[in-house]
Amino acid sequence: MPVDPSLVGREFPAPAPLTVTQERVGAFAAAVGHPGDDVPPTFPIVLAFDAMMAFLDAEEIDLHRIVHGEQRFAYDRPIAVGDELTATLTVTGLRQIGGADIIATASAITDAAGAVVCTGKATLVHSGGAA
Amino acid sequence: MSATFAVGDVLEPRTFTVTRADLVAYAEASGDHNPIHQDEAVATSVGLPGVIAHGMYTLALVGRAVAEWTDGAEVVDLGAKFTSPVVVPAEGGAEVVVAGTVKSVADGLATLALEVTCDGTKVLGMPKAVVRA
Repeated sequence: MPVDPSLVGREFPAPAPLTVTQERVGAFAAAVGHPGDDVPPTFPIVLAFDAMMAFLDAEEIDLHRIVHGEQRFAYDRPIAVGDELTATLTVTGLRQIGGADIIATASAITDAAGAVVCTGKATLVHSGGAA
Repeated sequence: MSATFAVGDVLEPRTFTVTRADLVAYAEASGDHNPIHQDEAVATSVGLPGVIAHGMYTLALVGRAVAEWTDGAEVVDLGAKFTSPVVVPAEGGAEVVVAGTVKSVADGLATLALEVTCDGTKVLGMPKAVVRA
């Protein structure tokens, strides 16, 4: 089932802010083998993923039909323990290739003061599963 | 913190072994519980060759290599296309190799040119990392 084309431009906030704790960062760093005590650069995917799930749930898209096609992060400043982060995903583009929906998204990750900490751009490949 | 970089510097390639257990741990830590990273039947049902690593796990390995090469320099840009899946067998693991060179140094930023392979196949398209030099 193709994704609704009127989605482009719509925003999907993550359901809740994430407080960056030492425990959360430590668990992520351990899982990816990150050296050092700083926050691993891919940590903001935790927020971006929450916002993506809000989008998928709202559109009744099954997660297992999604493959990550591309991810880029631009950082305005390093994330630090103590940050309270929120994420809002915007659907920025939609096209179909060979029965798959290619969904372009941008996620703004902001701190408690509302300043952008990091911007994530992702492409999600949705296989419709008509077969 | 900051290392010195010169254009053309070759960064020592890093090899990481990715196992199914690593993917379970990553799913837990990241919140990405997509079953295509755990369950062979689900993965093949959507046309994948088998259980594949999270693209973000592979990108995290790039972040790890960059941190090791640069002694933890601040990352200002990181990204890639996930062009070819890293298929992770039930036994043993997949070997991901992250190689890099310093492509440019300007305005206090070093851009790294990267090549990320698994079994000799490039798994990331246009991988990019920029750090404060």
